[in-house]
Amino acid sequence: MAVIEIKNVAKTFGSYQALHDINLTIADQEFMVLLGASGCGKSTLLRIICGLETASEGEVWIGGRRVDHLPPKDRGISMVFQNYAVFPHLTVFENIGFGLRMQKMPDDDVKRRVERTAGLMHIDQLLSRYSGELSGGQRQRVAVARALAMEPDVILMDEPLSNLDALLRMEMRAELKGVLAESNTTAIYVTHDQVEAMSMADRISVMHEGKIVQAASPIEVYRNPAAEFVAGFIGNPPMNFLDATPQGGGKYTVAGHSFDGPSAANSNLQFAIRPEDMKLSDDGLQAVAKVVEPLGAHLLVTCELDGKLFRAILDSEMQVKPGDVLKLAPMPDRIRWFDPATTLAVA
Amino acid sequence: MNPRLLPYFLIFPVTLFLCLFFLYPFVLVSQEAFSNENGYNLDNFREVTSYWKFPISLKNTFLLAAAVVPVQLALSLLMATMVNRMKRGRDLILYIWTIPLGISDLAAGIIWLAIFEQSGFLNSMLGGLGLIDSPTNFLSYQTPVMVFVAIMLAEIWRATAIMLVILVAGIGLIPKEYYEAGEVFGASPWQRFLKITLPLLRPSLQTALVLRVILAFEVFAVVQALGGTLFPVLMGETYAYQFDLLDGGAAAAIALIILAISITFTLIIMRALRVPKGATI
Ligand SMILES: Nc1ncnc2c1ncn2[C@@H]1O[C@H](COP(=O)(O)OP(=O)(O)O)[C@@H](O)[C@H]1O
Ligand SMILES: [Mg+2]
Repeated sequence: MAVIEIKNVAKTFGSYQALHDINLTIADQEFMVLLGASGCGKSTLLRIICGLETASEGEVWIGGRRVDHLPPKDRGISMVFQNYAVFPHLTVFENIGFGLRMQKMPDDDVKRRVERTAGLMHIDQLLSRYSGELSGGQRQRVAVARALAMEPDVILMDEPLSNLDALLRMEMRAELKGVLAESNTTAIYVTHDQVEAMSMADRISVMHEGKIVQAASPIEVYRNPAAEFVAGFIGNPPMNFLDATPQGGGKYTVAGHSFDGPSAANSNLQFAIRPEDMKLSDDGLQAVAKVVEPLGAHLLVTCELDGKLFRAILDSEMQVKPGDVLKLAPMPDRIRWFDPATTLAVA
Repeated sequence: MNPRLLPYFLIFPVTLFLCLFFLYPFVLVSQEAFSNENGYNLDNFREVTSYWKFPISLKNTFLLAAAVVPVQLALSLLMATMVNRMKRGRDLILYIWTIPLGISDLAAGIIWLAIFEQSGFLNSMLGGLGLIDSPTNFLSYQTPVMVFVAIMLAEIWRATAIMLVILVAGIGLIPKEYYEAGEVFGASPWQRFLKITLPLLRPSLQTALVLRVILAFEVFAVVQALGGTLFPVLMGETYAYQFDLLDGGAAAAIALIILAISITFTLIIMRALRVPKGATI
């Protein structure tokens, strides 16, 4: 139970700047996901919060206490590692109780705490096993149980599900979210998987090249990306972009059609629309279908529009072949605009 | 070729070599130890164990092993941990620390003799500093403790590196995440060493200790150079029976006794440091 404040945190490795001036406040009991491509600095930020790495600049506050000079154990945090880091020489019981033993907790209390958390993670049958005798999913559960057993204020997770197969990942996703909601801890969860981020997060911080580009609720990040990077990163497939030239008076020409756009700006903009926000209509933008992928629930059509690749998600009943000419009309309230100079959204 | 037979086929030449040059001589030595002109019996063993020097050499050998191996274990663990934390210059330090490995045990004994003998470095240094008036003989029958210490130092200097290289390799295999987990869950550096490094290092500790203990029971040239007859050890007795007394049967019997001791300790070490099934990295 704690608010986390990250103030002006920067990190350089030699001459390489991994994090630039990060500012982020995470509310008590919030589930915050750090989302970004590999190498963007997610783990580095998490490790700075944890205390396994020291920031080159800035401050980390947890629960109203400045912690960046404290060792990890005094920060009220615990962590789930990407490769689990379940000790191979200890049984599941001793693994879950490891942190409690380090605190010199009496045996009876350790036993009670371990059994309770093991029950929560459905591994109470495995307490006497070694990690070599567990499956990946079971090891993952031990790692989570070990972190929960500490009853921390904050639980930090670095891609905890990335080593599991797809089906197990989906199952663990829901379960993890449930267990964490029950435990009243603040959670920071690092992932590069946007589905994981969208489905678990209270709030997502999208990271790119060592910066936080947008921190908002999943639906906000999806509907109103704050920058072109977010629009092109979130969504599968992500947003389409088309060039827009101003006509004056808040009108813009996009692929030969006129659209209402931001009136304040009067320069070339990027017009952005999600693939699923297109309707077939006679007065739509003219596109030539190139690749047609029936995905069961819907039809993904990659077309050429205004000399660019453009994806549209259509009803699966539609009969579309490569070479067909489609008239695609964007839903007006779903159109977003970005300034190519700043790459930021303009309203 | 049948893939299940292939491994056996491939190890056949080595096996043959071992049988020819190790097993066969071993059988011969055993034969010699357990027989004399009266046929097969235990006379050789009776002879060597009832000789007055036997209990002393047995005691000395054990004493030396007990004094040297724990010190070497602690030293090599400390050195391996330090090397493992170094970022730059790690290889250079390792090379320097392993130099004694390249020196034969007799040469090592002679080097330390050059330090301790009456006209040696230690005497000239102490004399130069004005701490002593005239050179003393550190390695005489009047200073048995000094003889023992000199042999100990030489052995530690000579053979710690063999444990070091095994432990450095073993520590390098332990994933960093375990230490980070230890740190996050509140283990101090010392606790991390005790609760993470040591248990995960058991396979390497096993190898290092077995090797080292076997070598300790075979100690010979260093003792010969520094102690001569002042500090009899089992291997020295073997040599004396074979080449001074020309009694091959007795020499073979002592060699087998040393072998039995080595096997016993190997089993004890393997047992003490065994890793339960499923508990490996
Ligand atoms: N200890 C380190 N030394 C040098 N560079 C590092 C170190 N740790 C991370 N980096 C670099 O910092 C960048 C961000 O790394 P990381 O935080 O692990 O990314 P992510 O977790 O988002 O994939 C990467 O380019 C990585 O190479
Ligand atoms: Mg990472």
